[in-house]
Amino acid sequence: MSRRTPAGGRIDRSRAISFVFNGRPYQGLAGDTLASALLANGVTLVARSWKYHRPRGIVSAGVEEPNAIVQLESGAHTVPNARATEVQLYDGLIAHSVNCWPGPRFDFMAAARFFSGLMPAGFYYKTFMWPKSFWMKYEHFIRRTSGLGESPAQPDADSYDRTHAYCDVLIAGGGPAGLSAAVAACRAGARVIIADEQIEFGGTLLSKAAGTSTRINRETPSAWLAKALEELHAMPNVRMLPRSTVFGYHDENYLTIVERRTDHLPPRDRKGSRERVWRVRAKQVVLATGAMERPLVFGNNDRPGVMLASAARTYVNRYGVQLASSAVVFTNNDAAYRVAIDLARAGIRVAAIVDSRTAPSGAMPRQVRDAGIDVIDNAVVVDTRGGRELASVTVMRRSGGALTGPASVIDCDLLAVSGGFSPVVHLHAQSGARSRFDDARACFVPGASVQQERSAGGCNGVFTLVACMAEGTAAGVEAARLAGFDGAPTVAPEVVSDGPTDLALEPLWLVPSPKGEGRGPKQFVDFQNDVTAADIMLAAREGYRSIEHVKRYTALGFGTDQGKLGNINGMAILARALGQDLASTGTTTFRPNYTPVTFGAIAGRELGELFDPIRKTALHEWHVEHGAEFENVGQWKRPWYFPKLGETMHQAVRRECIAARNGVAMMDASTLGKIDIKGPDAAKFLNLVYTNAWLKLAVGRCRYGLMLDENGMVMDDGVTTRLGEHHFLMTTTTGGAARVTAWLERWLQTEWPHLKVFLTSVTDHWVTAAVVGPKCRAVLKAVCNDIDFSPPAFPFMSYRAGTVAGVAARVMRISFSGELAYEVNVPANMARHVWEALMAAGAPYEITPYGTETMHVLRAEKGYIIVGQDTDGSVTPIDLGMDWIVSKDKDFIGRRSLFRSDTARNDRKQLVGLLTDEPNVVLPEGAQLVTDPKAPIPVPMVGHVTSSYDSAALGRSIALALVKGGASRMGEVLHAPLADGRVIRARVASAVFVDPEGARQNA
Amino acid sequence: MLIITCPWCGPRHQTEFSYGGEAHIVRPPNPDALTDAQWADYLFMRKNPKGRHLEQWGHTYGCRRWFNVERDTVTYRIKSVYKPGEKPPETES
Repeated sequence: MSRRTPAGGRIDRSRAISFVFNGRPYQGLAGDTLASALLANGVTLVARSWKYHRPRGIVSAGVEEPNAIVQLESGAHTVPNARATEVQLYDGLIAHSVNCWPGPRFDFMAAARFFSGLMPAGFYYKTFMWPKSFWMKYEHFIRRTSGLGESPAQPDADSYDRTHAYCDVLIAGGGPAGLSAAVAACRAGARVIIADEQIEFGGTLLSKAAGTSTRINRETPSAWLAKALEELHAMPNVRMLPRSTVFGYHDENYLTIVERRTDHLPPRDRKGSRERVWRVRAKQVVLATGAMERPLVFGNNDRPGVMLASAARTYVNRYGVQLASSAVVFTNNDAAYRVAIDLARAGIRVAAIVDSRTAPSGAMPRQVRDAGIDVIDNAVVVDTRGGRELASVTVMRRSGGALTGPASVIDCDLLAVSGGFSPVVHLHAQSGARSRFDDARACFVPGASVQQERSAGGCNGVFTLVACMAEGTAAGVEAARLAGFDGAPTVAPEVVSDGPTDLALEPLWLVPSPKGEGRGPKQFVDFQNDVTAADIMLAAREGYRSIEHVKRYTALGFGTDQGKLGNINGMAILARALGQDLASTGTTTFRPNYTPVTFGAIAGRELGELFDPIRKTALHEWHVEHGAEFENVGQWKRPWYFPKLGETMHQAVRRECIAARNGVAMMDASTLGKIDIKGPDAAKFLNLVYTNAWLKLAVGRCRYGLMLDENGMVMDDGVTTRLGEHHFLMTTTTGGAARVTAWLERWLQTEWPHLKVFLTSVTDHWVTAAVVGPKCRAVLKAVCNDIDFSPPAFPFMSYRAGTVAGVAARVMRISFSGELAYEVNVPANMARHVWEALMAAGAPYEITPYGTETMHVLRAEKGYIIVGQDTDGSVTPIDLGMDWIVSKDKDFIGRRSLFRSDTARNDRKQLVGLLTDEPNVVLPEGAQLVTDPKAPIPVPMVGHVTSSYDSAALGRSIALALVKGGASRMGEVLHAPLADGRVIRARVASAVFVDPEGARQNA
Repeated sequence: MLIITCPWCGPRHQTEFSYGGEAHIVRPPNPDALTDAQWADYLFMRKNPKGRHLEQWGHTYGCRRWFNVERDTVTYRIKSVYKPGEKPPETES
């Protein structure tokens, strides 16, 4: 059953398109939206409402649609909460209604409406508050019964991208005003981007009747539109973005646009990215976003068949839908008269125009009366009848605002309503400007601009075609001129319109109920959230005054349409209930995004391995070839351990540890941050940023340093080597390299600019091989003959330059394992050659490559901290038992804070060792520690485990922990209650488990 | 997103910069001479003005240099930028 007008419209009547809605096959035409195709198939019932599960139909023809919300497609391509009014029909499209089960015709939850009297505003807040613990149970049920679409369960099959653009003039909206602006700005020579959310440019011009008498420059609207688009397409300085929504207006004319590139195609024909986000910096902006028609608020105004008058006109004229056989038009302005004429012209009987105004007397009403259409003035529709479809409306006359009987019933299957128009001021508001209420036009219009923008046409409160095109042209000329393009200004097109020259609107925010205020049939304000006029009046009676609070209490404007349709009526009803005007009631805040934007579009390409840069050392490929398992440390990929065939991680780490303690092992330490520090004041600078003394460090010597923030908390550590009198090489933690460099730079630039010090990050320039273990000296000797490795000539914590495997190298005798060890630094490009030479030289000693896990075990056995693991930004050097490194003779960053009353407490969390009673039990890192596991809840926590390993050297587990007053708890038993119910006993011990005297590293 | 004019590189997008908080906080030359309260004032206390604010920004993904910005915290308008060590612009009456 196809309901189409005999001719006309922008659909292609020769191209039928098959689609499936709620499991049933239908046919539409090329050019249809899902909404127009459904209407053309006579499908008027498309959804159930949220709270009461009332039957709902299509209300609008645009983004403001509250009812026709559908789930598109299935599986990886599914899209929840698409508005059928925006979905371009394609062959094979599959959609179903959301929020009803099994379907809108028979909805399981529809029984809810019989209890609707028991569900006032704030129903959920009031009812499910008590008992508190029951909310979880209620919520489960509520969530199931009221919901929108389903999130996709599968990974998104589509890709998305992002682009950045600059332009002189950005135009949001491609209707009559926007296109006029584009033509004017382009002709002036400005670089223009024009975006429109629809599949075709043209806006309201697309909804003109085929036989319209409107003329633009003496041509029909469609002929003018075709020429304008042809002119724009031919211009090199314009970028036209159809199916693109300007969804955000940010600081300094930075606007975001989402371009829907493939949604209008069948999934099998989609190629390339599905959506693209444009981030545009525009010199000037023209907002031409149009206006949205307002519904009227009367009894049972939500019945399928009640539709915005402008939408009815669009469906009839643009999509050729024979919407109904008999229509009533209910209006408070002249615009709907044009709609009545168009409906009649399309063969729909217009039974009556119900006009709330006292004496509508403009040209349009006269024209309609002359055409023989019955106009009932000073009258309102108070109720509608019918089941799931409109059958009749009840009309009453008014006198002085009050209803006067008797009620008359008019049969109809379409009620076209117009409460006037609301300018789409969203982007203007997002730009930081305020809109103001204009009493004469009874709508919010843009106020003074705060950014380089202007509004033109409908969004500026101008509702006639003549004025829209004049304003658009003027805005385009002005924007181009302010962007620096002064040509001869384009003259606005000459327009003769078949529409009204003036809306002559008289506001009608709420139709009185024949049974008294708040009684009688429900009068819906927000369709999607089932917010009624009575709900808003109840909120006012209960003491709500701010529109922002009423919004949250009643859920007004909470839905996917974000109040585009109903908010203005709600605000007016609240204003009246509070006895104030609309201007002082104000609007809720307009925030980006104007319409919902997919997560895919927001994420763009920053997914998976492109989410964050991956850093690899110059030895990475060697590690891969030798079977390393990797661990992420910051952005770095570091070898974690090198399992041999069949080895578990535990076995591999144990083998690596034993090699380092008894033989020789080697680790890639290249990821440690390296900062080259030069200048006559370099030592003085180090003295300020490290806790210990640096002035007297001899050239060729190394020193460990602890860096604090100004709060006295440990932020980084590492060994720094004095390469020359005015030249140092600092190492930082792997994760802290960038932060420390920036930190040092900032102090130099802002606090101590008089110091002559220069910092250069050289992390990537050098590769570092740590050769560790009692036999490492022999390995080094085999590849380097110009350094004397004997202990007196090359003592612990010193540096020598030499040649390793033929490559100029810096060799530091430093140790993070407590063993005799050397770190060999060579230029990154020579990394593999030197590394392989060391491996070859170490072969007789079974040199063993090791990773970060073994490094962690070795250092923990020595009680060496890892900043960020054993510290967390609240730990001082004193807390770590490192008083020895804190100089008492000089100032340094953070020093004064160590003497603040809180930092000087002796019951702070302090670093200690922990030995479990059971030597083979390894405490989980992060485990909380208590003194009495049987203490009543909440059990006081005394600390937590920061590092914990199985130690091959000790043949048992070890752990480090931060414990309140830990230094004075030596030998005390603590308990770690675990999530699995076990309680592990452990004894507080020294944090140094292996070789406390340091004999091994000094060997 | 703001456009910030680096005194060395010119106008650039905000994403190239790092915010550094209130400007012109001088590290006390002799911290030991301060009471806990005075030290805490240097360490923690910051102005939170509605309107004109003098603040530090660093051109992190550019020349890596720090400078000062005079910005309105209500409108986000940047009125001026000036180099470290330079005096802040006079306040308009």
